[in-house]
Order: sequence, then structure tokens, then C-alpha cells
Amino acid sequence: MSAVPISWYLLLSAVLFGIGAIGALTRRNGISIFLSVELMLNAANLTLVAYARQLGSHTGQVIVFFVMAVAAAEAAVGLALFIAVFRQRHTIDVNRMNLMRW
Amino acid sequence: METLIFALFAALALGSAIVVITHKSPIYSTLSLVLTLFSMAVLFVLLGAPFLGALQILVYAGAIVVLFLFVIMLLNVQKEETAHIDRGAQLWTALLGVAVFLGMFWLAFWRTGLRLGDSAPPAITQELVSLKGLAAELFGAYLLPFEMVGLLLLVAVIGATVAARRPGEAGSLQEEGIYASGEPLGEPAPPTPRKEANR
Repeated sequence: MSAVPISWYLLLSAVLFGIGAIGALTRRNGISIFLSVELMLNAANLTLVAYARQLGSHTGQVIVFFVMAVAAAEAAVGLALFIAVFRQRHTIDVNRMNLMRW
Repeated sequence: METLIFALFAALALGSAIVVITHKSPIYSTLSLVLTLFSMAVLFVLLGAPFLGALQILVYAGAIVVLFLFVIMLLNVQKEETAHIDRGAQLWTALLGVAVFLGMFWLAFWRTGLRLGDSAPPAITQELVSLKGLAAELFGAYLLPFEMVGLLLLVAVIGATVAARRPGEAGSLQEEGIYASGEPLGEPAPPTPRKEANR
């Protein structure tokens, strides 16, 4: 049984992060932007778990645990904000959200 | 064997991630994200973190994604409006994303990856896989961050409840005077926002 080199995981993680970054920058729908952010968080998690494996330490896994909790909090608050904005504007297209634009 | 599983699920994760950011309908994007998260869970197991793999499926695919689907269906989000999209700006931002990727690629692969080499990582030890070791770390060295995360989740629950209240309801942002100053935002909200969603 041949183990996969850690650098492959790092490469996969970088590609996924790049895809998430492109999605977050190009999409206009608030929900789709959120999905891209989740993708980026997961790519970072993969790096942490890969290094935990390489270094034989649990620390990376513990941090992934925290990242998941923060992602859950972020999703809950963010989606509640989208509901609040949708009530006012009837759209979640971020181009039309200019409440805080000067 | 491990290489085969890695290749299969890495390809699955990449393919479904691309669908997440390219599909016009948010529902399909979300369902594709489930597939990405599942593939990542398999990779976590492959990396000797079965507990995190299970957590990934339970918390991410089970809770967060369902929350997304719930909100998408509640708001009745239609396909993205494409009429006013600036293709040039979209191209530039996509190039910025590619630059982010290349920067990470350089960091991960050229600077560290070559040092890690193509050699296999150290074998998975019983200690690494064990839940006991993870728990000892979590409730030992990381006890304070753990408590803070608990507090953060409490604040998030309260914040989400307040932010999503219907305007005018007791305890809503409008009632508390946060929206009250100045003219109403945009067109005034209809008295029953639910009717709007059923079209």
C-alpha cells in the first residue's frame, strides 16, 4: 500500500481554494458567494489535516474543529442577514446591496 | 490502492467544486457542494482523521448545507440575473482568483512541497487516529479556545434570531431603532412579505 505524498493534498487544497476565490469574486448572488467561501474554508481544512498527518500531531485536527464551528456560526448569521436584506430589497444580488455605500 | 482512492475523490471534489461556482441555479450549486464536502470527508479519513470526516458529513453536509437549502427555498432565489453582469470585470476578478491560486501553489508546492518531497508521509499511527488523543488536545491545551467557540456559537444564534425577525416585530432591528433613522430603505416592504415569495 503506497501512501499519497502530502504535497498532492496541498496541491489539491490550493486548487480548491483558487476555485473558491474565483467563485467568491465573480458570482453576484449572495448565496453563491457564501458557498464559495465555504469551499475556501474547506480547502484550508484539508491543508490543516494534511499537515497534521505529516507532523503526526493532533493540533491541526483541533484547529479544523474550530474552523467548522466558526463556519457554522458564520453561515447562520450570514443567512439571517440575507433574509433581513431580502425583506427590504426583494433581492440578494450583491450589486443591488448598497445600504452601506457612501 | 490509497492513490486510487485519492485520485478518484480528488477528481470528484474538483469537478463538483467547479459546478458549485459555475452553475446558475443556487440549488444545484448547493447540492454540488454536498458532493465536494463528501469527497473531502473521504480525504480526511484517508489522512487519518476519521472523526473529522464524520464531523464534516454531520456538521457541514448535514447542518450547514441544509440551512443553505432552507434559505434558498425560503427566499425563492431564482437563477442569477445575468443582464447587468460586466463580463470584463468578471474576467479580471477571475484572474485575481487564479493569482491567489498560483500564490498558494507556489507556497505549498515549491517552497514546502519539494522539501516534503514525493516521499510518502510517515505511516498513520494508532495515536494519530485515536479520538482519545484528539480529545486530550482539545480539552487540554485548547480548552480556552474551545470555550470561546461555544460562546461564539451562542452569540451567533442570538444574532441570527434577531437579524431574521420580521420588521416591526418586537425585538426586531427596526423595532429597536437600528433601521429607524432616515428614509426607508429602498421601496417600502409590503406588509406581508410571504405573499411575494409564492410567485
